[in-house]
Amino acid sequence: MISCYDAVRQLWEYLDGTVGEADRALVEEHLGRCRRCCAEMEFAHEMRSLLARSARDDIPADVLQRLNHSLEELDR
Amino acid sequence: MQQKRRAQRLHNVALLDVRPGGTVQDPRTDQPVSFRELASAQLPRLYSIARRLVGDDAEDAVQECLLKGFQRYGQLKAAQSGPAWLKTILVNSCRDRARVAARRPYKIDFDEVEKFSLYRKIAYEDPFPYSDSLHLDFLGEFGPEDVRAVLMRIPALYRIPLVLVYMDGFLAKELARRLDVPLGTVLSRLHRGRKLFEKQLWEYAEETGLLKEGAR
Repeated sequence: MISCYDAVRQLWEYLDGTVGEADRALVEEHLGRCRRCCAEMEFAHEMRSLLARSARDDIPADVLQRLNHSLEELDR
Repeated sequence: MQQKRRAQRLHNVALLDVRPGGTVQDPRTDQPVSFRELASAQLPRLYSIARRLVGDDAEDAVQECLLKGFQRYGQLKAAQSGPAWLKTILVNSCRDRARVAARRPYKIDFDEVEKFSLYRKIAYEDPFPYSDSLHLDFLGEFGPEDVRAVLMRIPALYRIPLVLVYMDGFLAKELARRLDVPLGTVLSRLHRGRKLFEKQLWEYAEETGLLKEGAR
């Protein structure tokens, strides 16, 4: 079984689906036996959610107006 | 100063020979779509991405994207690909800006960053001694504004893949193709970006007093 250090190092990649088949199996084997690393995986998952939740950034009305004005200028 | 820059920018737009523009056919409706129609609908999305990629330079980056997009509009095959096409132009404009910014020196000790674990740090420092879900409570202290402020502390080279993958839903290999860099480079920058994000979350929380009781 891989060490906690090796498992934790790959947690984000594991969640991203960017680890190879063999490494994936090793991480899953480790997670199946290590509660501490499962908790750390949950934490990594929450950090990803935190980023996704913060994605929206509303455009201020004055900026939108200026950008639309530029489009008008281009269209002339 | 900003007003002056904006006025200059609009003036430049008016002076530039920016043809072709024109229209592109939308095969779904069989109707021609002008660049203005296409881009106008995408402005909130483009601005939102630029804001997270280049912060206060977002408006300038979108302006640049509009100019380049207009000039290359004739190259677009079908209007339905327009949103993704514009996003690629924007991401590349932001990346160019990041390259310029990267010439300004910043020093990061990646050995130290690599050793840092936010999970362990929270467990060790125990900022909420009576909490049953210490780690999740820590993340719960961060609002969207805080997250964006944390991201802006990360050099653009690492921030750009982080934002595009975890906030805008790009796949790493798709990003590699759009940025025209090897997949391994994207994965390596993502890894460093994540580690820097963890470290900056903690430092931001400490510096802004986010962990003090009643801070919210």
